Amino acid sequence: MPEKTKQNKSFRNRVKPYLVVSPYLVHLLLFILFPVVFSIVLTFHKWNIIAPMEFIGVDNFVRLLEDRLFWKALLNTFQFLLVHIPLQIIVALALAYFLNRQLFARGFFRASFFMPVVISGVVVTVLWQQLYGLETGLFNRILIHLGFGRVEWISDPGIAMISIAIMATWKNVGLYVILFLVGLQSVPSSYYEAAEVEGATAWQQFRYITLPAINPTVFMVVILSTIGGFSLFIEPYIMTDGGPLNSTLSAMLYIYKQAFGYYHMGYSATLGLFFALLIMIVVVIQKYAVEAKE
Amino acid sequence: MKMKLNKIILYIFLTAAALSFLYPFYWMILASLTPEAEIGNLGLLPQGLTLDNYTQMFGKIPIWRSLLNSGIVASLSTLGVIVFGSMTGYALAKLYFKGREFLFLFIIFTMTLPFQITLIPNYILMVKFGWVDTMAALVIPALNSAFAILLFRQAFKSIPDDLIHAARVDGCGELRIIFQILWPNIIPTIITVGIITFMNSWNDVLWPLIVIREEQLMTMPQLVTLFAVGGRAEAQLGVKLASAVLLALPIIIAYSIFQKYFIQSMASSGLKG
Repeated sequence: MPEKTKQNKSFRNRVKPYLVVSPYLVHLLLFILFPVVFSIVLTFHKWNIIAPMEFIGVDNFVRLLEDRLFWKALLNTFQFLLVHIPLQIIVALALAYFLNRQLFARGFFRASFFMPVVISGVVVTVLWQQLYGLETGLFNRILIHLGFGRVEWISDPGIAMISIAIMATWKNVGLYVILFLVGLQSVPSSYYEAAEVEGATAWQQFRYITLPAINPTVFMVVILSTIGGFSLFIEPYIMTDGGPLNSTLSAMLYIYKQAFGYYHMGYSATLGLFFALLIMIVVVIQKYAVEAKE
Repeated sequence: MKMKLNKIILYIFLTAAALSFLYPFYWMILASLTPEAEIGNLGLLPQGLTLDNYTQMFGKIPIWRSLLNSGIVASLSTLGVIVFGSMTGYALAKLYFKGREFLFLFIIFTMTLPFQITLIPNYILMVKFGWVDTMAALVIPALNSAFAILLFRQAFKSIPDDLIHAARVDGCGELRIIFQILWPNIIPTIITVGIITFMNSWNDVLWPLIVIREEQLMTMPQLVTLFAVGGRAEAQLGVKLASAVLLALPIIIAYSIFQKYFIQSMASSGLKG
């Protein structure tokens, strides 16, 4: 008898950990594993949810390759990243560099740079839509006041995506200022003191002491803003609805429209899968590029 | 002398930078309180303050209801992520079971998976479960988070095993060990996970746009978005801005009070994520 209770107890002890992780396992199965498998199934089908699924082989892939609007949307997304990432790094690094010293009201500066990070992208976009306004927008009023002409911030197809990239930088840069600050503070001040004694200029100190020390932070900022940038959606959705002339149509916005505007479930799942693979490839390439450099 | 000049330039530069982040929000709040015709000339000072934009907005959209919805959704999601995240994190840190290392690696793998893969199938799941236009669609898929699990695992790892053994000898079950014995020791992690989860949930707009169509069930950012892009604001700037101010206000207030925690939490999540 005692042996049996012992066995029971050890059985219970072996099962217990699985019970503790069971809420997560259910989640994993339902909202991650099943969707991944199902999205692969969907890519071979045509489906609007209501009618039965129709097997169409690789038609969705052929359509993707020929879908000029999707490639345009991808190109737009890369254009966004191309402006957004360098701008973000430069601005964040500059602000962090100047903050990284004994300052009066340092906490206030840090907190104000960080403010837009915590605020909804919806608020920021509604606000910037007005700042970018052609006639009464703040930017154009300042430009005219200074004697320049108006800029068609969001109505010129050549500029609109850049304007959105500037806005996104303004919204996110505070987070990267903090990350850079952490990186900068990891450099011992004795390095700078020694350089000072040797007569190094401020630029030389920055170039040969600061930059190498924050390399890992730069890499992290690039990865984080790449992933964030690929998800670009609500900003063009509110600001321009992808216009003018589809110049701000991001890949995510296009997938959203295919799925929930036209209910092309099979095709939009194909686009989602392809886009996700592309994101992973880009991130892996960035990773290798950095490791090769080190 | 040169040092002093440098210092002055530095402060001017930093103040200008700070203003460029703060002034737009100030302008937004001011504009929402300004008669429509005056907004175009608005500078630094208020002109003819009015609550007109707000009363008009209240008449057009159920903004208070959406505030309540957002509050419920964000609170429940945050609670779920903290409770379930602690459970899974605890099991990964302190319990021994077959497949533990595999599960841990798998969770890291799911974090690298772009959400674009699972978005459409998850929507279909909601349709099949009959959860479209219910709060279940907003809350249940958000009850677990890989990122929270990893943070909790890290926190539990730093707690000595003796504490847990002693509790077991006293007859504590695993759940009591987690919530009663260990939680008081990892409060900073709970705060970090709580702030990030709540903020992400509060600010999320893509998923609500997909699964909620019923106006009474919409979250606040969703309602404000549809109000801003739809025709109902009748191109009235002040009314749109009023809704945006109300959406920003809860977070601005929370941020002003817990500013230090917000910055620390987000920085540590960025560093670990």
